[in-house]
Amino acid sequence: MTAHNRRRFIKQAGAGMGLAAAASFVPTRFAIGQKAKIKLGLMLPYSGTYAALGHNITDAMKMRINEGGGKLGGREIEYVQLDDESAPPKGKDNASRLLVRDKCDILVGTVHSGVALAMAQVAKEENKFLVIPNAGAVDLTRKNCSAKLFRTSFSNWQPAFPCGDVALKDGHKTAVIMTWKYPAGFESAQGFKDSFTKGGGKIIKEILPDFPSVEFQAGLTEIAALKPDCVYVFFAGAGALKFMKDYDAAGLKARIQLYGPGFLTDGVYKQAGSAAEGIKTTLHYADDIDTPINKKFRAAFKDQTKRDADVYAVQGYDTGTFLLQGLAAVQGDVGADKALIKAWEGIKIDSPRGTFTLSKSHEPIQDIYLRQVYSGDEKLLGIAHKALADPGTGCTMA
Amino acid sequence: MSLSYFLIQTLNGVQYGFLLFLVASGLTLVFGIMGVINLAHGAFYMVGAYLAWWFAEQTGSFVLALLLSLPVTVLLGLATERFAIRYLYARDHLYQVLFTYGLILILNELQRLLFGNDVHGLPIPAPLAGSIPLTEAQSYPIYRIFLSFTCIAVAAALYLLIQRTRLGMVIRAGSTHREMVSALGFDIARLFMVVFGLGVALAAFAGMIAAPVNTVYPGMGDHILIISFVVVVIGGIGSIKGAFVGAMVVGIADTFGRVLLPTGAGVVVYAVMALVLLWRPQGLFGRTV
Repeated sequence: MTAHNRRRFIKQAGAGMGLAAAASFVPTRFAIGQKAKIKLGLMLPYSGTYAALGHNITDAMKMRINEGGGKLGGREIEYVQLDDESAPPKGKDNASRLLVRDKCDILVGTVHSGVALAMAQVAKEENKFLVIPNAGAVDLTRKNCSAKLFRTSFSNWQPAFPCGDVALKDGHKTAVIMTWKYPAGFESAQGFKDSFTKGGGKIIKEILPDFPSVEFQAGLTEIAALKPDCVYVFFAGAGALKFMKDYDAAGLKARIQLYGPGFLTDGVYKQAGSAAEGIKTTLHYADDIDTPINKKFRAAFKDQTKRDADVYAVQGYDTGTFLLQGLAAVQGDVGADKALIKAWEGIKIDSPRGTFTLSKSHEPIQDIYLRQVYSGDEKLLGIAHKALADPGTGCTMA
Repeated sequence: MSLSYFLIQTLNGVQYGFLLFLVASGLTLVFGIMGVINLAHGAFYMVGAYLAWWFAEQTGSFVLALLLSLPVTVLLGLATERFAIRYLYARDHLYQVLFTYGLILILNELQRLLFGNDVHGLPIPAPLAGSIPLTEAQSYPIYRIFLSFTCIAVAAALYLLIQRTRLGMVIRAGSTHREMVSALGFDIARLFMVVFGLGVALAAFAGMIAAPVNTVYPGMGDHILIISFVVVVIGGIGSIKGAFVGAMVVGIADTFGRVLLPTGAGVVVYAVMALVLLWRPQGLFGRTV
């Protein structure tokens, strides 16, 4: 046993005994002074490519908490914000800084999956709660799932899975998949493949350009030669915009229906102009969901930030609801692990994206919407899959 | 592989090569002829793209945007040389690397402050929009063909300027025998300022003219910088002809790498570079060292 492990062992044993002793005569929630502030560690990207996402998540979350009175379970909040720079090598150090040095009670983050995986590891070692407001790596709620890790967003597999059924329903029998050669792309492709092949469809080819290359011409020529019924792609940001334009300019858009998860068109379809016209995507949110809560949320977000709300803002907003409801149930006692986990596992969140609950692997069970771009706007066509849960394969809690 | 498929893929490769040449040509001038390692070359490419996008948004015309952005980038290049690079010729290459690396950080941050993190697209100017059908399923965008012809024109102009004019002769002489050319009465300081300005303008011009097909986004210069160095090194340092052939080799290798070796496509270009350097350490058209 190394010195470090010994120390941790003593600490954990001590904490365990203390908890047991406290639990034996008074409820733990009274053991903590109600005056102390809850320390919320926000580890999100505030610079670089994902800065806009980090800001939308943070602003919407704070907006929601302020709507709920600005306190969590009656306790004031101290926010400790840290820019994770979307840099996986710095992930563990940054997470340790928030949890160990700054002694945050709950860690919230992040956008980049590689950083989130590092955060999950540190949170588990430190036995702290981690709430993930975006990162979609399936492993976070599959083989790396743990009791104190919750995700309020999606898994990469989730928005992709209903897309295969949509393509089949549209009458397509064969598909080519094109995605960057990186985990998020593979996980999304797997979702499409699972439903498309199960329903009798055939994947003729998978074209995998290196991340983040935006030179698509060779792949487009392959698609034109293979002539599939439809194409499913996973690209985001600049890559998504360029792909849509190239796909259109190559004359493929008019002949072969293009599908993708909502990340393909969100935030860039207006820039793509007519090249985005007709593309069908699936996602756990659509801007024009016609519910009072969505309209109210979009108006409030626009009013406070002068920016239009997007799926990331929704995820931040729901993270706010998640924290409010969970900590209200334990009256702000973050040390009451079991009660808090129980409260969160049974949570029901009324969200701008619709009401959702959590699966056994702590992942939203949510509706996935089908959207299509036409006459310059992204329109909601309907629900592609009602109450979809990630399979949680390999999660010991599932 | 059918013949038409092979031909279209070759066209893709050649077209990508042209685009690479346009970016790498400025680097050949600055790195190959002046001997300055300019890591900020990609950042200037990004500056060009952003300026073109911004001016096009303001004026509504891509041609006008080009005419407005070009002088701005030339001035930027001249100022960079006059106030910084000039003091680094006599020093070790490491100083140039450090300075131009710093310049990347500054330009990237400026871009974020001024234009934000959003991704932008530039519509293709109306007369060049549209595509030519090649097969029953695939068409080829007219703008890409226009791009190729622009690159050929730039290549020809540069080659003539460097190899066939008096100015080019002085530039070439100045790169190897700086003091001698100066002693003969040429204002070498001003000459180098102009060459550096031209190099920056070429990088920025590539960014501008490629913007309608490439999209405009933060950090777009970083990838192009690496591939530009690969092109210059394969072609041989200091040779415009070399940069042209190098760009073609890289464009075609990259395209067919994706088609024939999909799992290893990322390394094909670098493997080609390694092979060329093993065979000819000075590059295809480089002077023997």
